[in-house]
Amino acid sequence: MSTLNTLIQGVLLGGLYALYAVGLALIFGVMRLVNLAHGDFIVLGAFVMLGLGMAIGVPAPVALVIALPFMFALGWGLQRLVLNRTLENDLLVPLLVTFGLSIIIQNGLLQIFSADSRRLTLGALETASYSFGGVSVGVVPLLTFVVAVAVVAGLSFLFYRTSLGRTLRATSDSLPVVELMGVDPRKVFATAMGISFLVITVSAFFMGVRANFDPSAGPSRLLYAFEAVVIGGLGSFWGTLAGGIILGIAQAVGGSISPAYQQLAGHLVFLAVILFRPRGLLPKAG
Amino acid sequence: MTALLETCGLDVFYGDFQALFGVDVAAEEGETVAIIGANGAGKSSFMAALSGLTHSRAEQILLEGSPVGGMTAFDMVKRGISLVPEGRRLFPSLSVEENLLMGAHGRTTDRGWSLDAVYALFPVLKERRHQPAPSLSGGQQQMVAIGRALMANPRVLLCDEISLGLAPPVIRDVYAALGEVRRRATTVIIVEQDLGAALKASDRIYCFMEGRVCLSGKPSDLSRDAIRRAYFGG
Repeated sequence: MSTLNTLIQGVLLGGLYALYAVGLALIFGVMRLVNLAHGDFIVLGAFVMLGLGMAIGVPAPVALVIALPFMFALGWGLQRLVLNRTLENDLLVPLLVTFGLSIIIQNGLLQIFSADSRRLTLGALETASYSFGGVSVGVVPLLTFVVAVAVVAGLSFLFYRTSLGRTLRATSDSLPVVELMGVDPRKVFATAMGISFLVITVSAFFMGVRANFDPSAGPSRLLYAFEAVVIGGLGSFWGTLAGGIILGIAQAVGGSISPAYQQLAGHLVFLAVILFRPRGLLPKAG
Repeated sequence: MTALLETCGLDVFYGDFQALFGVDVAAEEGETVAIIGANGAGKSSFMAALSGLTHSRAEQILLEGSPVGGMTAFDMVKRGISLVPEGRRLFPSLSVEENLLMGAHGRTTDRGWSLDAVYALFPVLKERRHQPAPSLSGGQQQMVAIGRALMANPRVLLCDEISLGLAPPVIRDVYAALGEVRRRATTVIIVEQDLGAALKASDRIYCFMEGRVCLSGKPSDLSRDAIRRAYFGG
């Protein structure tokens, strides 16, 4: 029974990692940009919601709803004003710029909120759980997983069933040809970054209610996101969800042996995938 | 009479390398103009400049007399200049219909080109509209590339090497479709290696050599010999 419990906890944890990862995968897929500040933007999103709670006293779910359009605008503006200027045939420039953003965000948050650990609170819901057959499942982890599946389904719908998604896939295929279609790629990129920031905000919410966070928590979120993307491959958002789940299960199994092995087990699975299936479980065709 | 599309002393550079030297080409409304010449003569550079893919000075390209040189590719499409790129360049992860719909982004006026009109022009594409673009034959992919450019409802259709790698009967089909495009008073500029196809399809030809126009005129006024000399030099 405890094995089943470990597996379930791992799958649910994987939902959170998938939320971290799909925003990163979206941006890499559309514009070949590795956003090294991705994890820091997740932490920033959590602090925005925390700050909204402190400033106007709204509960965390309301803060999430308020933060979503703000974060979309932040992502859109970041792309239009900063990152679009870095995308000129050189992979190093966007890496350096997002690395710099990562440092700026961490230190900015440190100045404003200090290094204390924080949490977003959901009241009684935080400790509520369902029990069945000796397995106990927390409501918040379950909700995280359900939302992760919904986000992946929503992004898949957007990508494969809408006009915007068609443009995003075409941009991923060939940037110069998209321009020949009359599409301004700078606007497409800004929209993609805005969508990525919506996902960032949702993942920030669940990160904040599931665990403590502080201004330096970003890079490890980026690492989990990155590992989930690589394990899943770049073929579809469902692959990223699978990558997150595998990473979550590996960590849960490692953690059940010894808490010291939780992180290590995740990294070992990541390395094993790089060794034996370098294009990931569900690679992009062609 | 002003030409619909005109280049005036068009120069194109790639870094220090100059590909075109003061090229003057004009195309009237509804006219089909063929650009011929050997490999490296500058034909593709000419198309790249007209479609906004390479930079040129504003006043070196005129559309209805107003300068459009140096505009981005997406602005050129919106002005009504649409390119069928060499090698087709379809979006491989999109279906046939999705490829065609991408072309509609550049549409600013209605000249009668819609999905239905493109399917009427190329009925085979309607049967295969949900297939991935790379699963089509070369000729069918070329039809998608032409249809996609037409979806922008262009005033000027640029066709870069549309017969390259196609079997002769397929080339005939593709050029038959261009005939329909011309009947809608769309100006067509084709770059063509196949001299016979170019002479048959065009109202006027320009022969390029080493980045310059070395011969131009109506196909009927030019002797085969003169064209061959211009084409191969000597």
